[in-house]
Amino acid sequence: MTREVMDYDVVIVGAGPSGLSTAIRLKQLAADEGAEISVCVVEKGSEVGAHILSGAVIETRALDELLPDWQALGAPLNTPVVEDRFLLLSESGARKLPTPPQMHNEGNYIVSLGNVVRWLGEQAEALGVEIYPGFAAAELLVEDGIVRGVATGDMGVTREGEPGPNHQPGIELRAPHTVFAEGCRGSLSQSLMARFQLRVDSDPQTYGLGIKELWEVDPSVHRPGLTLHTIGWPLRADTYGGSFLYHLENHQVAVGFVVGLDYANPHLSPFEEFQRFKTHPAIRGVFEQGRRISYGARALNEGGFQSLPKLVFPGGMLVGDAAGFLNVPKIKGTHMAMKSGIVAAEALHAHRAGQGGSVVAGYPERLRQSWLWDELRGVRNIRPSFRWGLWGGLAYSALDTYVLRGRAPWTLRNHADHTALKPASACRPIDYPKPDGKISFDRLSSVFISATNHAEDQPCHLRLKDEALPMSVNRALFDAPEQRYCPAGVYEIVEDAGAARLQINAQNCLHCKTCDIKDPRQNITWTPPEGGGGPNYPNM
Amino acid sequence: MKILVPVKRVVDYNVKVRVKADQSGVELANVKMAMNPFDEIAIEEAVRLKEAGVASEVVAVSCGVPACQETLRAALAIGADRAVLVTSVVELQPLAVAKILKAIVEKEAPSLVILGKQAIDDDANQVGQMLAALLDWPQATFASKVEASDGQVRVTREIDGGLETLAMPLPAVITTDLRLNEPRYATLPNIMKAKKKPLETVAGESLGVDLAPRLTTLKVVEPPSRKAGILVADVAQLVDKLKNEAQVL
Repeated sequence: MTREVMDYDVVIVGAGPSGLSTAIRLKQLAADEGAEISVCVVEKGSEVGAHILSGAVIETRALDELLPDWQALGAPLNTPVVEDRFLLLSESGARKLPTPPQMHNEGNYIVSLGNVVRWLGEQAEALGVEIYPGFAAAELLVEDGIVRGVATGDMGVTREGEPGPNHQPGIELRAPHTVFAEGCRGSLSQSLMARFQLRVDSDPQTYGLGIKELWEVDPSVHRPGLTLHTIGWPLRADTYGGSFLYHLENHQVAVGFVVGLDYANPHLSPFEEFQRFKTHPAIRGVFEQGRRISYGARALNEGGFQSLPKLVFPGGMLVGDAAGFLNVPKIKGTHMAMKSGIVAAEALHAHRAGQGGSVVAGYPERLRQSWLWDELRGVRNIRPSFRWGLWGGLAYSALDTYVLRGRAPWTLRNHADHTALKPASACRPIDYPKPDGKISFDRLSSVFISATNHAEDQPCHLRLKDEALPMSVNRALFDAPEQRYCPAGVYEIVEDAGAARLQINAQNCLHCKTCDIKDPRQNITWTPPEGGGGPNYPNM
Repeated sequence: MKILVPVKRVVDYNVKVRVKADQSGVELANVKMAMNPFDEIAIEEAVRLKEAGVASEVVAVSCGVPACQETLRAALAIGADRAVLVTSVVELQPLAVAKILKAIVEKEAPSLVILGKQAIDDDANQVGQMLAALLDWPQATFASKVEASDGQVRVTREIDGGLETLAMPLPAVITTDLRLNEPRYATLPNIMKAKKKPLETVAGESLGVDLAPRLTTLKVVEPPSRKAGILVADVAQLVDKLKNEAQVL
């Protein structure tokens, strides 16, 4: 079947902070010269912002560069940080820790990144960027070793993979340059890394899983501008992770929990660790008179500097979390993602003016000259030092931050998260408390308020390379860890006529990508479902 | 033949609706909005009639806040030819909407108005019927099949115990049921073309109709949560409970 083709100067995959920053900067640079540039952004979420989930406290450095008059333009940065608290939790106690310098938030804002991205989308459209939410880029168009664009997925394909009555074939979006801004563990970005060997000179990427809830709290406990971070309980010292709790505007509190996906115990459940965390005596008071209004989850990059892939290849480039610029000690990636988008746009603009071929070599070169590079390089050893556990990591981080000041002559290496699991029989089982339905909840009631939805009659978008492995390896050796690491209850072991099998409830999927990352044999491939599917986050 | 299709912007059907903390209404801030699904069916039916050569033009109309433009663009992407947005600063209740639509019908002179049978937000199920009464036009509600030809329209309705087929002279009002059709996916090129189709904005206050709300919302509360069930020991206990507690036997 022939697909319709639409030609652009630049196609961008993903309407998040990095993709929209790239689009905005490209349009600004063209406008400065009175030139025209056609820029198309495709987004798999049903609307811009629908799949955006972040803490978030953001630093405005990149936003100041991109849209210096953001305040006048009505950017939804309404809650300046007024106080940072950092706690070490034990099961019943909490001890105040000095806030590390990276975690000082003077001048930063507590925001809903979803709302910030919606606003960025409006700015981009006002500049003439064409944004198409509800369309997933599902396929790379590669010809003669050069990326020529992407194709959107077919709509209206039945569960069996046949065209249904309302079938609409995808569209080819072709451009001399395609910018991949899919966010952490993007499905096309993964294909690109394999195809163009973008990871040969870098460490494996490592990840964390962030789970977040939005609450409306009682005005008496609401302190707009307060940020609280905790480490310690309920995680053991051998597991990397911690919580965030940010008081936003309108009596809303964003609370979340991040667990490093290099955890070893297959019995661990990040979702239940989060639910348990909220019941801590130092924490639960915030929620006692409140109500939970949204839920979501998303994997994030933790590999940092040494895990950065090659950023350019013939016909395309990687920006934002698709490449992995998150600054882990700062717990911030938005300013880095936006900066990488800005630099990519500037390099692409200069490249188009010359006759430079299909590889925009100027992008990594310019990035190395930018503050982003120094910032990421300086903190490169902090996250990997937590391989020595919480205490070793804290001690090393203090040394690295206060004494070495990021200038250590060595670089600690990263290892792939999926290799970290130990056999279930060698690990301590964890007994999680039952949810109380007031402060802690189960997965299904949580997924319900993420407003996630996938058209029912479509092929399963979570593909198994080997149908036998879920039983022969995952269940036999690791007690089916996908039941616990998936924050949406997608994976379920069910008994059918006496035989156990893995059931995949793909319609629950929150597009967090954890299964694609953590499956011990890398047997699960996350592919984009029909466009418009997935969560419908409000201001997450 | 011209067809007019009113469309409403409502909270997306995927979203779990939440009552505002002050009980003054339903929370709309930061909530995903979309076209009322029954109206999407109405647009689809009108576009199919046009594709079949029966209709010559499909005009979509929406009433309310400026953001209803997005809903109209969605209608244009499905295949409507042009759109009219009637803006209003006051809350619009079904009677006011019907009066606005009557004014638009008088201006546009369509042969057929196809509406969703109800909106999934207030579930009022009133506008189509009120519009037909105000215009003194025949109406067929809850249509599951529409055939139009030679100044006549035959509408099949799903009623208790079977199907009812009505024939009406044009002009007429039809409201759509769920099984009338399955709306198509808007394609990317059609979404792009929809951005360039004409969209006219009319101030509701300029139409010379009384838009004032007739009803006042006292408060909005969530339905009581369902109590957990109990296991009965035996049939005797079940019958006893049905008789004495539930009083259904």
